[in-house]
Order: sequence, then C-alpha cells, then structure tokens
Amino acid sequence: MLSPTALRRWSWTHKWSSLVCTVFMMLLCITGLPLIFHHEIGHLLGTEVEAPAMPANTPRASLDQVLATAQALHPERVVQFASHAEDDDNVWFVTLTPTPAPTDDFRSVAVDARTAQVLAQPRFDEGFMYVMFKLHVDLFAGLPGKLFLGFMGLLLLVAIVTGVVLYAPFMRKLAFGEVRRDRSTRVKWLDLHNLLGIVTLVWAFVVGGTGMINTWADLLIKYWQYDQLSVLLKPYEGQPIVPAAERGPLQQALEAAQAQAPGTKLSFIAFPGTAFSSPHHNTFFLRGNEPLTSRLLKPVLVDARTAQVTAAPQLPWYLTALLVSQPLHFGDYGGMPMKILWALLDVATIVVLGSGLYLWLCKGMQAASPATPTVGSATAHLAGGALPTSGAARSTEGAA
Amino acid sequence: MKKHRPFWALWGGPIVMGVLTTTGLLTALVSDTWGDWWSWVALGIPVGVMGWYGRPRAPVPTPPAKAPRASAAL
Repeated sequence: MLSPTALRRWSWTHKWSSLVCTVFMMLLCITGLPLIFHHEIGHLLGTEVEAPAMPANTPRASLDQVLATAQALHPERVVQFASHAEDDDNVWFVTLTPTPAPTDDFRSVAVDARTAQVLAQPRFDEGFMYVMFKLHVDLFAGLPGKLFLGFMGLLLLVAIVTGVVLYAPFMRKLAFGEVRRDRSTRVKWLDLHNLLGIVTLVWAFVVGGTGMINTWADLLIKYWQYDQLSVLLKPYEGQPIVPAAERGPLQQALEAAQAQAPGTKLSFIAFPGTAFSSPHHNTFFLRGNEPLTSRLLKPVLVDARTAQVTAAPQLPWYLTALLVSQPLHFGDYGGMPMKILWALLDVATIVVLGSGLYLWLCKGMQAASPATPTVGSATAHLAGGALPTSGAARSTEGAA
Repeated sequence: MKKHRPFWALWGGPIVMGVLTTTGLLTALVSDTWGDWWSWVALGIPVGVMGWYGRPRAPVPTPPAKAPRASAAL
C-alpha cells in the first residue's frame, strides 16, 4: 500500500503530466481518427489513383521511361523518390522537388507501370487529409514540431504509468468495471475514467510509445547515414552529387538491386543526394513478402553511374524498431475489423482524456466553493473527494 | 478497515484486459490469417467490456442497508 506521501507524489505526477499533454493528445486522437481510414477516405473522395485493368502478362515499361514521363511534366525539378502504390504495383508514384533536400514543396506524378503514361498528378500537399496529417505529425512545424509532439507522447506515457499506480487506491472497494451512477456526476465520471483508462492501458501505451518513436524517424535516419553509410561511402569522399546526365540506366540498377534479395518487393527508391540515399547512389528499399518482413526494409545501394551494387547493408536495430513500431501505431495490419477497433479505442482514449480534464476542473470548482467540505488526503484532492477508501470520503460525497 | 482486497479481485480484470490486448496487437503482426482473427477477438473483448460497463443506464438506487452506515460515519 502507498504511504500518504507516496500517494501525494504519484497524484501530483499524474495530474501534471496529463494536464500538460491533454490538449495535444486530444488533437492527436481527433486528427488520428480520419488517418486510420485514410485509404478508404481516399477511395471515397476519388483521390486514390487506380491503374486501368490490363492482362496480367502485359509487359512493364522500363523505369527510365517512367521517370522520363514524370520529369517531362516538371523539367525544372529533380526526382527524389519513386515508389509503388500501397497495394498496386501497376502504379508508380514519382516525387519531384526543387532540390534533393527535404522539403514540403513537392509534386507527385502517378505513372502507369506498363504504358509509362501519366495516370494522375495527385496533390498530397493540400486538402482535409493533408491538414489532419500535418497536425498529427508535426503541427506544421517540421522537426521541432515532431519532437515537441514526441515529448507530449512521453508525458502521456508518464500519465499512464502513474494512472495505473493510482488505480489501486481508487478501486479498493469497487468491483472491476463498477460505475457508481447513484452518486454525483463527478463520481460517475471518475469511475468511467478509471474503467476506460485501465482497459485501454496497453493499447494507449503501445500507440503512445510507438508514436513517440516515430517522431524520432528523421533523426534515426540521419544517425544511420552517419553511423553506417559513411563507412560505405568512404571511396566516394569529396565527390559532388552525381549529375543527372552522368547517371546509368535505372532499370538495370533496379534489376541489380532485386537480384541481391530474391523474393522481395520494391518499397521505394531514393535518388542521389536525398535524405534516404547518398550523393552517389540510387538506394532501393526492398521489403519481404511475409506479414512481418513486409514491414521491414532492406536497403540496396546501387552506384548511380555504373548501376552496380555497392552494398546491401543490414538495417540496424534502431531502424528495425522504428519500422516495426509503425504498424503498431497506425493499426493498419489487421484489416478493416482492426481499423474499426482502433477507432473505438481511440474514441475511448478521448473520453479518458476528457473525463480527466473534467475531474480536474470539478476539483478546482469544489475548492473554490466554501460550502463544500474539503478532505485532507492527497488522493481525495486529485479526485475531489471521491476516493472510496474511507468513511469520511464517502460521507462527504453523500453530503455534496 | 485496513484489510487489503485480495490481489486478483483488484487486478484480475485489468490483467486479463492487458494480456488480451497485448496478444491481439502481436498476433496480427506475425500472421495474416489466425493472427488477424485473434487480434479481432482479443481487441474486441476490451472494447466490448468498456461498452458493457460504460453503457448509459438509469442509476441503481443505493441499497437501504448502506445508508445508515454512511450517515453514521458522518
């Protein structure tokens, strides 16, 4: 059992860690809700690009042709990335930006992988879903915004852990799931807060923790370049980014990369000088075919001039952890039933956050009202005197 | 008054919910067949539990036997 001092400290930590992050967590829960269904919403809004049906054995256009098609639409830009649509490798998405540096100023061209014809020029940088996405990921504030939200995520984890510690004194005389509806509204919401909080505990901890890990993605990739790629790139030291005119054939590079890891599929290609590659390589990120390995990426660095494989380094543990944490955050790995459950758990978390805020506001109002007797215990302080451990707390509740 | 509730009476429910959620989150990562099915069950039960206990309903009046004790404590 917690001593009164320990109880007061846990209560203080729970109160302040949650109060500080509540507004941002509400925002993340609300903006996250449509993001769970971004694929379905895209279909509904007609913004998903679909390739026309063709016989399965239709020959595929070379990657060089595909990129030439995209480049022709934006001759002043450079190609940063190329990838397949999430569930359809008949579509190539080509991302073009002013320079190879990371930027929010990008254009996307969807190209048919068989005919090398333009399918669409989707704008991923505008509209409702883009606003939801940016608010969820970085508050439109780039890396500082991400790291700030990551810190809010850390506070959420603290609030969850302290909440579990406080669960025991609050629930000592209550059965699991008991909600006292015959008492004040505040007691009812306290019980609901405890019920929803303890049931969503593991889910909220996992989604909060993996969300926090995701905010470090940019830094982890930078560290990977410094930690591992810099060794591989020693022979190229001092050379500038390989100019477009001196680059070897891409189709050949793609085939060379895929020959390195048979049985894998292409996830995306990062071109020379971009955040995911080196100045001298086209980096092909390949993924496996099994449920778990399809989440993991195998990078293959192919020399941009010669189209010969330079290296296929093992992904370090921290990038593996980042990649495994992504599905656990997105809830996109168990079909539509999982997405619906994810949304319901998200709504339950919103209720936990809202009721926590309400309980704190109630306490403030109660403290301000001289008519209400105050209870001296720290926990009673936190919950506004609704702790069912002592007769005094109960009778205060009854009197109020 | 000071007597503690047995451990399982207090933590049994939360532990079952936590184990269900954990297995549900993990199985879907490793299998697209039985793993997905189990994740729907294992995440569905906690959601159902919240819905059941949290469902809106009229307050149950306090049993009269309890009332004198509360006022006696006052």
